[in-house]
Amino acid sequence: MRKIAYREALREALREEMRRDPTVFLLGEDIGKYWGGAFKVTEGLAEEFGEERVRDTPISESAIIGVGVGAAITGMRPVAEIMFGDLTALAMDQIANQAAKIRYMFGGQVKCPLVIRTPFGAGVNIAAHHSQSLEAWFMHVPGLYVAVPSTPYDAKGLLKSAIRGNNPVIFCEHKLLYPVEGEVPEEQYTVPFGVADIKREGEDATIVATLYMVHKALEAAKTLEKEGVSVEVVDPRTLTPLDKQTIINSVKKTGRIVIVSEDCKTAGVSAEIAAIIAEEAIDYLDAPIKRVAEPDTPIPFSPPLEQYVIPDEKAIIKAVKEVV
Amino acid sequence: MLNLAKEKLTEMFRKMLEIRFFEEKVFDLYAQNLVPGTIHLYTGEEAVAVGVCAALEKTDYVTSTHRGHGHCIAKGADLKRTMAEILGKRTGYCKGKGGSMHIADFSIGMLGATAVVGAGMPIAVGAGLSIKLRKTRQVVACFFGEGASNQGTFHEGINMASIWRLPVIFICENNLYAMGTHQSRVMNIENIADRALAYGIPGVIADGNDVLAVYEKALQAVERARKGEGPTLIECKTYRHKGHSRVDPAKYRPKAEVEEWLAKDPIKRFKEKLLQEGVLIQVEVQKIEREVAAEIEEAVKYAMESPYPAPEEALEDVYA
Ligand SMILES: Cc1ncc(C[n+]2csc(CCOP(=O)(O)OP(=O)(O)O)c2C)c(N)n1
Repeated sequence: MRKIAYREALREALREEMRRDPTVFLLGEDIGKYWGGAFKVTEGLAEEFGEERVRDTPISESAIIGVGVGAAITGMRPVAEIMFGDLTALAMDQIANQAAKIRYMFGGQVKCPLVIRTPFGAGVNIAAHHSQSLEAWFMHVPGLYVAVPSTPYDAKGLLKSAIRGNNPVIFCEHKLLYPVEGEVPEEQYTVPFGVADIKREGEDATIVATLYMVHKALEAAKTLEKEGVSVEVVDPRTLTPLDKQTIINSVKKTGRIVIVSEDCKTAGVSAEIAAIIAEEAIDYLDAPIKRVAEPDTPIPFSPPLEQYVIPDEKAIIKAVKEVV
Repeated sequence: MLNLAKEKLTEMFRKMLEIRFFEEKVFDLYAQNLVPGTIHLYTGEEAVAVGVCAALEKTDYVTSTHRGHGHCIAKGADLKRTMAEILGKRTGYCKGKGGSMHIADFSIGMLGATAVVGAGMPIAVGAGLSIKLRKTRQVVACFFGEGASNQGTFHEGINMASIWRLPVIFICENNLYAMGTHQSRVMNIENIADRALAYGIPGVIADGNDVLAVYEKALQAVERARKGEGPTLIECKTYRHKGHSRVDPAKYRPKAEVEEWLAKDPIKRFKEKLLQEGVLIQVEVQKIEREVAAEIEEAVKYAMESPYPAPEEALEDVYA
């Protein structure tokens, strides 16, 4: 099968959906022909679809999302880009109080099919305002869906589902994934929300990981295999809705679980997954639940500091060894 | 110009050179892979930071942006510690936690650079409120780009400063582009200064490539602020010589436009003026240039020889 990069897979999803549905349009800062998006995901789309449908906006995050909400409840399917995940904070009212609640609060009268694409993650030394992983913020707001694709295949399929769906979606990308290549078929497909993917099968321990951490978990699993430990890697692909069953089934099989997430440990993604296992699958466990996550600090700039806070393969291997 | 002391003019010239040479060095180091992350250079905009800071006192405050090296240097930051921060060293102003986009030196009133566009505006207003409540005679200069003036924080911040008559000077560095976006594509006005009208404060325009013009407008705003008459918005028309950040070749800018602005280089202009008016003679200029170049070399040496922080230091400073 052909291989393309994560950013190209995202671009294909946008292009296919824009061709398929005239109500789909893009808006964001510098996504048009002068820049093509800070991470070049939208490169070439303004040329194909015009500036009417690929809209460069002022630097006004709150209005970008608010405008998205307004368009979404009146028949359009906007895909907004927030240049860095950290900057969703500027639009938090529109995301958490408006987009997320507009259907429920108005008694189910309206749908809000708004997709918000944004990159999270550390690892490129751009410090505390451009490196956070904030997926858990959005998991805490009922009414929002949260997608966390780790491969080009999932990125494309999930983005298409997000655009066709009828709910606001925080579509979390990861800066380090954009150049990563993977197999993506030529023919069209979608990946449904709420269906985890077993990225690697194993017997002795389960690792649940998302986004860039999936790749580190797979590396760790390879190393562990040489040492005789067989690891299963489960990628939830969407955090809301969360495919609990696939995670629990894996735990039933292995009896051991390590949850790996790039965000801060406290009240983070790993906390929620650990709580679900504790509540619903504790009887299958042969060892305590382990979490590998960032310490509770902002992301520092200097390379040795930043590397220290980002979970790495070594930490994952250590955690697995503690439970097997 | 002639009623400014030679000492003052020389100091302004020296500061502009410090910024220029510093930024050129950062660019070189970046090319050699010695600067982690990204950089946003101030080259071409030196007259703004220097003109404004020349109108301030040491105890006055400034807030800064992602394009902040120039603001720091103009306010009097130590070149060595600034460079060390950019290289991620423990001896840097923020112990390597901040980097190029986040330098602060609270001992000289430099309240920090935020990389969230527009975030500095209300913070500057808060510092202005604090000055008023503490009844000191300080003022705050708040630097931001024209792109930032489309954020809610700009409008909310200026309005609040206006109704409370706070001693804040809003300095818009209008370099025409926010990343690849020309001003004309994101606002239907030509002058950011016009936005002042909506909030009932003076909005003035300065030639941002003429350090004395900036100084003059800043001085008037500072006097007004110290008298308790409230904020001023100063729009400085200028241009960045380089792309937005490290990787940007800035192809979205027409060649003729770039050339026109390069010809208006603020340092070249000021130097010519100083020579023409006999404030400095050629050998004095050369001496200053040599001295500044040596100072920058020393800063680089210091930064290069400084150690990186120990990894566990990442856990420090989260709470006071
Ligand atoms: C709130 C926010 N939105 C977007 C960005 C990404 N970004 C960084 S600098 C920049 C352009 C800023 O333009 P301007 O304010 O005019 O300052 P300049 O870079 O021209 O000095 C953008 C969009 C950001 N850092 N923060």
